[in-house]
Amino acid sequence: MKDRGRPPPQARYAMRGLNSVAFGVVFGIALAVLRDQHVWVTLVYSVATSILCWLSMDFGRVAVARWLHRGVPPGVDADARDWPGWPWMIVVIVIGSAIGFTGGNLSGDLITGERSARLLDVRSLRDALSLLSAVLVPAVALTYFFYTRGALAAREASAQAALRQAAESRLKLLESQLEPHMLFNTLANLRVLIGVDPIRAQHMLDHLIAFLRATQSGSRSDQQSLRAEFARIADYLALIAIRMGERLRLEFDLPDALADLRVPPLLLQPLVENSVKHGLEPSVAGGMIAVRARREDDDLVLSVRDTGSGLSDAPLHPEAFGLAQVRERLDTLYGSRASLCLLAAPDSGGGTLAVIRLPATPP
Amino acid sequence: MIQRKDGGAEESDGARGASAAGPFSSALIAEDEPLLAANLAAELASLWPELSVVANVRDGAAALEAALELRPDVLFLDIRMPGMSGIEVAQALVEEWEDTLAPPLLVFVTAYDEYAVEAFEQAAVDYVLKPLTTERLERCCKRLRAALAARRDAQDPATRVPADRQAAAAAAMEATLLQLRMLLAERHKPDAAPAPLAVIQASIGNTLHFVPIADVLYFAAADKYIQVVTAARDYVIRMSLRQLLAQLDAQNFWQVHRGTVVRVGAIAAAVRDDAGKIRLKLRDRTDMLPVSRLYAHLFKPM
Repeated sequence: MKDRGRPPPQARYAMRGLNSVAFGVVFGIALAVLRDQHVWVTLVYSVATSILCWLSMDFGRVAVARWLHRGVPPGVDADARDWPGWPWMIVVIVIGSAIGFTGGNLSGDLITGERSARLLDVRSLRDALSLLSAVLVPAVALTYFFYTRGALAAREASAQAALRQAAESRLKLLESQLEPHMLFNTLANLRVLIGVDPIRAQHMLDHLIAFLRATQSGSRSDQQSLRAEFARIADYLALIAIRMGERLRLEFDLPDALADLRVPPLLLQPLVENSVKHGLEPSVAGGMIAVRARREDDDLVLSVRDTGSGLSDAPLHPEAFGLAQVRERLDTLYGSRASLCLLAAPDSGGGTLAVIRLPATPP
Repeated sequence: MIQRKDGGAEESDGARGASAAGPFSSALIAEDEPLLAANLAAELASLWPELSVVANVRDGAAALEAALELRPDVLFLDIRMPGMSGIEVAQALVEEWEDTLAPPLLVFVTAYDEYAVEAFEQAAVDYVLKPLTTERLERCCKRLRAALAARRDAQDPATRVPADRQAAAAAAMEATLLQLRMLLAERHKPDAAPAPLAVIQASIGNTLHFVPIADVLYFAAADKYIQVVTAARDYVIRMSLRQLLAQLDAQNFWQVHRGTVVRVGAIAAAVRDDAGKIRLKLRDRTDMLPVSRLYAHLFKPM
C-alpha cells in the first residue's frame, strides 16, 4: 500500500548508484581542473571510488539495519526496516569511505598503472581522516541527500495512499448504500407504477428522493436526530416493501424520549440492508424486519431484527463490508464506548439480530 | 404459487393450432417482484398477442416445477429470486428435461449485469436488464419468434422423420447448454478472491472436526446444508454450494451436477451408459455420482 506510486526498491538502488557515479564524474573533473591534473586519470580514480563507496555504504546500511531490526517481520515498513539510524549510519559511512577510498585507489592504480597514496601508509588517525575527508564529506552529504529525498518520497506516497484509501472507502460506502441491484429494481418498479398507479409512483419517488439525499449528505461524522435516522430507514424499507409486496412486514419502535438523540446518518442502513439481502430476499415466505431503539442507562441501544434465513456457517467476507463499515464508524466516533454485535435471534422466530450500543448523545 | 391461465397448458403441449395471427406459443414468467411480473405479462400481451403466459410464479422452485409440468416454449427467469436463483433454475431444468423435446428458450432478466451481457443476445438464451424497456423487450420477442419458427420447421411432423425431430431436439438442447456454460463461465469473479480453503471445519456434537481438503471425495448439497463426504466418514456444514464453490480451487474441484462438486483426484473413471448419461466411479468407493448434461463436456478423452 505504502509504496504504491513509488519506483520499486531495485530501481531506487539503481538511481542511487547512478547518482553516485554522476557525482564521481563531476567531482573528478572539478578535482582535475583545481589541481591541474590529468582529467582521465583523475576521473578513473574518482568514479571507481564513488562506485565502491556507494556499494559498500548502500548495502552496508541495509545489512546493518536488517541486523538491528532482525525481530521486525518483513513487509511492515520496508523503509524504516532498511534505515539503521544516524549513529550507526556514520559508522557505516566511515568504514564505507575507507573501503571506497582504498578500493578506488587500488582499482585506479590497476587501470592507470600509477601509484596513489594508501591509507595504510599514513602514520596518524588525523592524517588518515584528512586523506579520507575528500571521500567522507561528500559521502555524508550524499547520504543526507538520499535519506531526506527517500523519506520525503515515502511520506508523499503514504499521504497519497491515505487519500486514495479515504476516497475508496467513501465510494464503497456510497456503493453499498446505492447497491445497483436495489437501485435498478426500484427504478423498474417505478417505471411500472407510473403507468398503473401514478399516485403510488409519486410516493415511491418521494421515498427514493429522501433516501438518495441522505446518501449524499457530506461528511461521515455529521450527526442527525434519531427521528431523522428512522425516517431515512423507513424510506429505504418503503422502497423494498413496494418491491417485495406481501413478503415484507415492517415494525418500527422509536420512543419519543429518544427521538432527538444524535446519531451518525444512515448508521443502521447496512444492517437493514443485510436483513433484506441475506435474511428476507432469499426466503420464499418472506418475513418481518423490526427496527427498535431503547435506552439503557447512558447508552442508546439500536437493534435490527429479521425473521429471515439466519446466519450461515460461511465466512462473512462478501457481505462483511456493511458490518465492517458500521464498526469502523462507531470506532472512529465513540471508540470502545460503542459496539456492534450480530447474533442469531434468541427466540423462536428465527432470523438474525444486530445490536448497536452507543453513548446516548443529547442534541 | 402457480397461477395458471385457462387453456394455457393445452396450447403448450404437442401440436399447436396455427391461427390467422400466427402459431401460438406459451411462456412462463418467474419474477419475485409482483409489480414487475404483472407488467412483463402485460407488455408481452401487447407485443406478442399469440404468446400465452401459462404461469406466473414468484420463486425459483415454483418456476422449475411449473416449467417441467407445463413445458412452455419460453421461460422468463429473474436471476435473483428467493430459494433458487434463475441460473439455478436453468441448471436444474436442463438436467431434468426430457431428451426428446427441445428445452424452452431462456430469457434471463436482471437488475444488475453480473454477467457479460453482450455474449448472450442470441436466440437460445437472451439476457435483459431491468428496467426492461419496451424497445428491448420487442427486440427480445422478435428473436424468440424467429428461433421458435426455426425449431417448428425442424420439428414439423409433416415434413420430418422422427429421427430428424429427435436430432433437432438434441441440437436445441446442445445450443442451450452451450450458452448456459458460457453464462456460468462469464460470471464476474469477485475482485479479491479469497485463498482456497485448506480445511473444512465441521462440527459434530461438541467437537469441531478439521477435515483436510485433500481428504474430501465430494460435496453434495442438500437444501441449506452440504454433505462433506470423505473415505472415513461424512460431515455436514451449513452453507450454500455457491458460497463453497467460491472458496474451492477450481482446478481440483469440479462441479459435475447442480448439487455435486467432486475432487478431481478422487475420480477413478467416468462411465457412459446406453442412454448417454455419464456416471463417475470414485476411487475406493462403490457409489456412483451422476454427471448432468451441463457438465458432460468435462469428461472427454485427452
